[in-house]
Amino acid sequence: MRDPTRRDFFRRTALAGGGLVLAMALPALAGRARSGKSAAGTSAAALNAWLKIGTDDSITVLVDRSEMGQGVYTALPMLLAEELEIDLARIEVVAAPVGDAYINPANGGQVTGTSNSIQDAWDKLRTAGAQARLMLIAAAAKRWRVDPGECRAMGGRVTNARGDSLRYGDLAEAAAKLPVPKDVKLKAAADFRLIGKPLARIDTPAKVDGTAQFGLDVQLPGMAYAVIALSPTLGGKAIAVDSAAAEALPGVRRVLSTSSGVVVVADHFWQASKARNALKITWDPGPNARLDNAGWRALLDHAAATVPGLKAKMSRGDTGSALKRAEKTLSAVYELPLLAHACMEPMNCTADVRADRCDIYVGTQVQQGSQAAAAEAAGLKAEQVNVHTTLLGGGFGRRLEVDFIPAAVEASKALGIPVKLVWTREDDITHDLFRPPAREEVSAGFDAHGKLLAFGLHITSPSITARASPPTVATDPFDSVIEYAQNFPYAVPNYLLSFSRQEIGIDVGYLRSVSHAPNCFAIECFLDELAAAVSRDPLELRLDLLADKPRHIAVLKETARLVGWGRPPPGRFQGLAFMEGYTSHIAQVAEISVVRGALKVHKITCVIDCGQMVNPRIVESQIESGIVYGLSAALWGDITLREGRARETNFNTYRVLRSNEMPEIAVHLIPSEAAPGGIGEVAVPPVAPAVCNAIFAATAKRLRRLPIAAHSLA
Amino acid sequence: MTRITVNDKTIDVDAAPDTPLLWVLRDHLAMTGTKFGCGMALCGACTVHLEGAAVRSCVLPLEALEGKRITTIEGLSQDRSHAVQRAWMELDVPQCGYCQSGQIMSAAALLESNPRPSDAEIDAAMAGNICRCGTYPRIRKAIHRAADLKTPRNASS
Repeated sequence: MRDPTRRDFFRRTALAGGGLVLAMALPALAGRARSGKSAAGTSAAALNAWLKIGTDDSITVLVDRSEMGQGVYTALPMLLAEELEIDLARIEVVAAPVGDAYINPANGGQVTGTSNSIQDAWDKLRTAGAQARLMLIAAAAKRWRVDPGECRAMGGRVTNARGDSLRYGDLAEAAAKLPVPKDVKLKAAADFRLIGKPLARIDTPAKVDGTAQFGLDVQLPGMAYAVIALSPTLGGKAIAVDSAAAEALPGVRRVLSTSSGVVVVADHFWQASKARNALKITWDPGPNARLDNAGWRALLDHAAATVPGLKAKMSRGDTGSALKRAEKTLSAVYELPLLAHACMEPMNCTADVRADRCDIYVGTQVQQGSQAAAAEAAGLKAEQVNVHTTLLGGGFGRRLEVDFIPAAVEASKALGIPVKLVWTREDDITHDLFRPPAREEVSAGFDAHGKLLAFGLHITSPSITARASPPTVATDPFDSVIEYAQNFPYAVPNYLLSFSRQEIGIDVGYLRSVSHAPNCFAIECFLDELAAAVSRDPLELRLDLLADKPRHIAVLKETARLVGWGRPPPGRFQGLAFMEGYTSHIAQVAEISVVRGALKVHKITCVIDCGQMVNPRIVESQIESGIVYGLSAALWGDITLREGRARETNFNTYRVLRSNEMPEIAVHLIPSEAAPGGIGEVAVPPVAPAVCNAIFAATAKRLRRLPIAAHSLA
Repeated sequence: MTRITVNDKTIDVDAAPDTPLLWVLRDHLAMTGTKFGCGMALCGACTVHLEGAAVRSCVLPLEALEGKRITTIEGLSQDRSHAVQRAWMELDVPQCGYCQSGQIMSAAALLESNPRPSDAEIDAAMAGNICRCGTYPRIRKAIHRAADLKTPRNASS
């Protein structure tokens, strides 16, 4: 099932670009070994929106999803190359511009998110590759005056039985003029040459020699550097600026007030940064001046008790009366804190505004949203804005937001020169759009035989989508709130899923795995509580409740086998969590010890069935990645507000996992030819419940509020 | 004017004495392989070699560098032939890649001082380099691999 979430994300303006494919030599991958730019005197023909073949035989794939580490610059070209019959090594990747052809219907735009890049591209790019191959064959057949059926394409050449052979580069111009074939037949899985193989990533070479171009690395002739003073209180604004001292400093060109803060433009970043410290700004703190953690927690608690829950359509049976007649009932409240994304590359944008056009160079997950934000800031039409997508130094959903773009555009427009605006780490953490807090109340009832009769989950939280895409919540108020809960996989006759929306005054954002993580924490920890309540093994209880779901069962059984479930080494304890999400099935077991109150996570074992894999090497690294991201959040992730400001400002106070704190990670991939599932986010949610369930096994303490570090385990 | 040697090239830099080396490299010398992550020597994204030792360039003022020899990711090798770079490619270590220049520079310095580090020595030496994509398991494997590439084990060991 495709997740319907975020389907209208940032679809705020008319889509521009008209599907025109623009040649873009810009940043993507400027690796020395991959400088496959067409030589002088050559040209390239576009066979479709994703493929250009040069007369010099160069093959360029335009990738319309943003590369933020998840491997789309390798996996998407693999899909096309599979049917085009070329090797991956031949391909040069460039970032696609904004264009209608690049819309992901499931996300309602040209959006990289919701772990669905492969699902979206699976048929589309294989078909594009197959059509191009057939067009190249048709062009060759025409030239040779033979039947296309007598020709074949392989290794970047078309050949025929007579022994004739032409390079794709010789045929591309003629092929591009031919009609696009319809109803192409795609390869069966058994015939895959590339798909399913652990091929080396295309972007690796440029990432080991410093040539990879991130947004921060963009350099334009005549460019100046900018930093921004943002309101210390979230939601506040500057009411008076004394910039005399700042403007007197060396290299400072201008101090200007923008829609998002006070911008200092200088010859160099360091000058701008020092000048920012010399600004004297009077801030109106706005409505959040008294917001703190106790405040938002009280809001959620109050709403949980007073705002009637909207009942989701996945609910079944009559949970209320089932709980009343149950022999044994349990309930618990699980609580999740605010989280920062903390991408390694702080937010930044380079803008070059001219009278009739604007170019922005930005690591973004939303090309159209970026275009719209820049157009508004520049006072131009969307189609006058060119979005040059760079590599992203981490995305995690943070770069679905465009809040850092307008100030760069406004500064470039004011000064009439290109401006690179860079947020510091402190800007990045304190002015993140945090993962919203959630209060997830679970309840369950058993009959006299210990059979689970009813399961209820009542979620109280802000809605991200209400801000990001109001039209979506108009039809689906549950968007971004119930992502794992809507797939609740366990067989129970009565299931009640409900949601009470309560905003907390600050804008909140999508963070890797979004509501899968809070849902999974509540559901999977509570299952552990239920198993204990009826003296069942947590694995056995899950196997019982998933009895009719072979993929779920296979994942759980393989996990149990790999870890020796129930027989941990002396002094160690195991905890299990499962999730169905992104059309993938995943289980994790954490192996931990608690010695004199000190928690050590020794090992996380993960088994995943994500359907057909395009590149298992990337799948494995994404699963490792999700586990590390999830473990950082589980152990320490906690943005705490005081007087409307985040107290955490940098990696000393917003703690994340380091190499010397890493558990061993074992990832096992279950081969499958089922439809591809998502892998970029799916490994994040099970970490916290797996670790917390292991902590219960070790200490009999139930941790129902994250992060773990906030609790004493002694 | 401060005279420094970057990747074997002697350069006179005209920047304020308190300018951190990171911004000298990035903004004045247009060498953008070295990354900005935190500005407080907390994350390691800006790691370069100063006289062969791994240092955080974001807190290293230009005025402390007169006559010093600096190596950046751009100077580690001309053709990705350094053992650490080869191992990184063999194992496809990077994901987003943003922290990897710093990771590679830290790993290269580690192997200079300790040609055959244990897991624990690797984890300790690399603890100053944060990776939010979680490439740590591959980094550890790649450092072992680079150690082998740099100093092949003899047949008996």
